[in-house]
Amino acid sequence: MEMFFGQIINGITIGSIYALVALGYTMVYGVLRMINFAHGELFTLGAYMAFTMIVSMNLAAYIPNAVVALIVMAVMVAGLVAIVGVLLERIAYKPLRQSGRLAPVISALGASIFLQNAIMLIWGANYKVFPEGVVPSITWEIGGVSITLMRVLILSTSLTLMIALYVLIQRTQVGTAIRACALDHDTARLMGIDVDKIIRLVFIIGPALGGIAGMMVGLYYRQIGFTMGWHYGIKAFTAAILGGIGNIPGAMVGGLILGVAESLGAGYISNAWKDAIAFLILILILILRPTGLLGERVAEKV
Amino acid sequence: MKPLWHKLTEMIGRTQKVWYVALLILVLVFPGMTTSYWTDVAFFFGLYILLGLSLNIIVGYAGLFNLGHAAFYAVGAYTTAILNTVLGIPVLYLLPISALAAAFFAYLITKPILHLRGDYLAIVTIGFAEIVRISLINNIGGLTGGPNGLLGISRPELFGMRLYTPTHFYYLVWFLVIMVILAMVRLEDSRLGRAWNYVREDELAAEAMGIDATRTKMLAFVVGSALAGVAGNIYAAKMTMIAPESFGFWESVVIFSIVILGGMGSIPGVVVGAFGMVVWPEIFRGFAEARMLIFGAAMVLMMLFRPQGLWPSPRARRAMESQKKSRPSAKAGTA
Repeated sequence: MEMFFGQIINGITIGSIYALVALGYTMVYGVLRMINFAHGELFTLGAYMAFTMIVSMNLAAYIPNAVVALIVMAVMVAGLVAIVGVLLERIAYKPLRQSGRLAPVISALGASIFLQNAIMLIWGANYKVFPEGVVPSITWEIGGVSITLMRVLILSTSLTLMIALYVLIQRTQVGTAIRACALDHDTARLMGIDVDKIIRLVFIIGPALGGIAGMMVGLYYRQIGFTMGWHYGIKAFTAAILGGIGNIPGAMVGGLILGVAESLGAGYISNAWKDAIAFLILILILILRPTGLLGERVAEKV
Repeated sequence: MKPLWHKLTEMIGRTQKVWYVALLILVLVFPGMTTSYWTDVAFFFGLYILLGLSLNIIVGYAGLFNLGHAAFYAVGAYTTAILNTVLGIPVLYLLPISALAAAFFAYLITKPILHLRGDYLAIVTIGFAEIVRISLINNIGGLTGGPNGLLGISRPELFGMRLYTPTHFYYLVWFLVIMVILAMVRLEDSRLGRAWNYVREDELAAEAMGIDATRTKMLAFVVGSALAGVAGNIYAAKMTMIAPESFGFWESVVIFSIVILGGMGSIPGVVVGAFGMVVWPEIFRGFAEARMLIFGAAMVLMMLFRPQGLWPSPRARRAMESQKKSRPSAKAGTA
């Protein structure tokens, strides 16, 4: 039973990271109907920028409180990754908005290769290792299950960001505009919404969340590599599909379910097949219930 | 007017023939002109033309986005490797068997996913290919040798001659390339080839004309995968050892890019695309580390400035032109 709860907590922690990355996929899909294959690389970029701030620049030394320092750095990482996200949209996606389904997919793959190799050239091909103790190693024992400060921080950060995003989308005027663009660009434009601006905003929010997720993965596993984005990207994408792509609460639910399913699978079935579980879920959900758990229909009749 | 027109087409026809003969001679004498290193590069050029042509059936002719083509390639290579190392069947006898194995695998996995829309099909094929790769790493059935793969695949024999030098494999692969290109030219105009075009352009209209769209799409996967299985067999024979890492996601991306960069559905396009993906990076080995960076940027630029590919098929070119004519102001309207 202890192992069960341990795995559940593990799963929720990693699942909330998947959920943050999945939000980027789902929002872009929502407004542009395209899969942003380069999103995983933006996630990696977040991890590497955090590495530079924490290790190379040692920014934490200027701020006495560790948690405050982390928050400041997270904001900076989010901002920098968002800039790259906006540039990506401007250069690789915006000119292709009129040109069918295939061109943006290829462009996204190209951008993904470009970013991945740019990261490799800037930071080197070797794994980077975060030092210990960036996040104070405090552990609580609750009913035989140990919970670390790191996990509490990951969960609370993800949860806060997700709630904030949900409120933004559902309760504010900007959120209404985003939802309008997701439904119909032309009609949204007729209602006086600047569609280009909304798309840019989506490419600020998505990459910012992805960058923070990358930073958290770096701090949690303490080891990052330039190819990690693909791995996390495809899993987050699975989470987005699982919850129903284009659907924001769906991405959150999908991320948590995927994280828990994966860590239970790793614990009770076999660690070697852990990655296959995500892909199996991905295929099964697309075959059996392409709408996802909460989402719109994706399989086209014609 | 007519005689002049006639003469012109004849002249064009003749110069084309001259080009074909010149290319054929170049293919024949190439290994004699260079080092074994470049003969090897030319071998891989040919191998990737085969892979590109095989995916071109699925992506180019039938319009089905398959980003997991490495899986079918892997099935072919592993079929050859397992049957050769365990049962000792000669490698070249396994060529048709590898093709059948890959085709059967394609039949099994594509059946439930053919109804999916463009990019979703791409995602599902990525998923399948990853499951194949993970299965190979986990030594499924105790047959695939785990992460180290399989080694000790024997050399193929042809008419009592053992094939082992780069030159031998070069001729083997280019013989297949020429055969397959000739077959593809015929296939394009066959009933099935035209059915693929029709289904890609308008599935509903194709159905109305009595084409079984699901069966047609399935056949694209089956035929394309069979050819990928052939390429897998040749690869296993050439390398004598294979490992799961040769059949990862980037392998699928490379094959996909060959088809897209050259121009979907275009046979010369595949050759140009394979040149760009395989030979070009070899020429620029000096840039070593930055070449994938340049390649990624090239993919983006290509979509921005020449989305139809470097050497588009004639029908794709026509479609582009008629689109331009019928929509003078392409600015308005978003999808």
